Amino acid sequence: MFNKVLIANRGEIASRVIRTCQNLGVKTVAVYSEADAEAPFVSEADESYLIGGPKVNESYLNIDAIVNVAKETNSEAVHPGYGLLSENTDFAKRLEDENIVFIGPDSNAINQMGSKLTARQTMEEAGVPIIPGTNDPVESVEDAKQIASDIGYPVMVKASHGGGGIGMEIVQNDTELEKAFESNARRAEQFFGNGTMFVEKVIEDAHHIEIQVLADHYGQTVHLFDRECSIQRRHQKIIEEAPSPLISEETRQKMGEAGVKAAKAINYKNAGTIEFLVDEEQNFYFLEMNTRLQVEHPVTEQITGIDLVEEQLKIAYGEKLSFSQEDLQINGHAIEARIYAEDPKTFFPSPGQITAFNPPVGTNIRHDIGVNSQYKVTPYYDPMIAKLIAFGDSRAETIEHLREALVDYEVEGIKTNIPFLIDVTQSPAFQKGDTRTSFIQEFMIKQ
Amino acid sequence: MTEVKANMAGNVWKVLVSEGDTVDSSQDVVILESMKMEIPIAAEVSGTVKELKVKEEDFVNEGDVIAVIE
Repeated sequence: MFNKVLIANRGEIASRVIRTCQNLGVKTVAVYSEADAEAPFVSEADESYLIGGPKVNESYLNIDAIVNVAKETNSEAVHPGYGLLSENTDFAKRLEDENIVFIGPDSNAINQMGSKLTARQTMEEAGVPIIPGTNDPVESVEDAKQIASDIGYPVMVKASHGGGGIGMEIVQNDTELEKAFESNARRAEQFFGNGTMFVEKVIEDAHHIEIQVLADHYGQTVHLFDRECSIQRRHQKIIEEAPSPLISEETRQKMGEAGVKAAKAINYKNAGTIEFLVDEEQNFYFLEMNTRLQVEHPVTEQITGIDLVEEQLKIAYGEKLSFSQEDLQINGHAIEARIYAEDPKTFFPSPGQITAFNPPVGTNIRHDIGVNSQYKVTPYYDPMIAKLIAFGDSRAETIEHLREALVDYEVEGIKTNIPFLIDVTQSPAFQKGDTRTSFIQEFMIKQ
Repeated sequence: MTEVKANMAGNVWKVLVSEGDTVDSSQDVVILESMKMEIPIAAEVSGTVKELKVKEEDFVNEGDVIAVIE
């Protein structure tokens, strides 16, 4: 195993990776920004280095600064976490050139899936079903209108290089399309340096269901079943669960096989996730592939008993997967709720000084936490401060464990979405598993 | 005289008006940025910008006065 790993990330995921490294006897190096000097992950790592100012481009996106620390500390590998540089081809390529192991796929696979258009083309060729739409860039609003009239409104205008909900919008008619096409292209250009747009049909009443895969360097690719992540606000997930309450065993198997097929199509290595939209008839369509660990990976860990970060490290080190598809099975149910520093009604960010932080204690819950009771939540990063994962034998039992834990979850000094999460766990639609991506919109109207 | 207030905590990303400018009620005065989200703050009344209380890069708390419109 590696002697030392640098974690090029922050918050709860940095702490999460450090935890597995410690279990495996791997030394850890943290890098942090001026805004994160007091963050828990900085003191949890064996060594920590300040790499720049609070803004992400001064620190967590500063490839030179991170590579320098990796070299000076003799780190053999870098874990990129999620977000930030985790799907950055230049970063993966740079580490390859410096002979430092990037704990993830190779830069080619990241590159291929980084463009949603290339991903669509690749998956269609591999025989994985894709959403009806264009596989070529849409150059003008006029072209977009033509495509929309061919496939029928509503359509989704989408930036090929977008992410995190930025650069995509559902439009109902030509007027909305005109406005959305230009503004999303501009935002994608600004955030991702690429304003290429395309148009896709909207799958009505869809569920967002994804397949976790693991692939080693010896041709073995397995899936670790599905996660349903339909409860989203601003296209960002809030509650995720495994297994999906929607799909049948037959669909589960088909989707798992499609996930493996998708990974093999790009010669994928390490942990990855293939996201699908699934309609009420359980038809599924490839949405995108995330070439990294996902925020919601703990629900898969809870139902399979596999530590995904441990598998990532072993695969990156060159070990063979120690299990085959037949060895994997689903045990019980798990649900994750993301705790955000935000107003529970408007979902507007609420940074500030935390004055009390007391997560509940229990045997059916797991915490992945990025803050503590003295932590100051800054406006520079994602609002997620912690994840609460509940598990149990059945979905109903798991929902009850989650609800009880949320009620006992104490955070003071900042606003959080905990009251909203409690409302969701108590709603009949959620309890029935009627969890389409339109869930929050419909839920808010009913409130 | 009406105060334009921040509806969330964050950094002032862009100041879109100057003191002395005439604004209408739907016009954005500043854009706040917090946790990867940008929120434009509108004047809400028509009038003249009498006072600007923030500059770009400033941190504001929810409820802080951003500008005074007369």
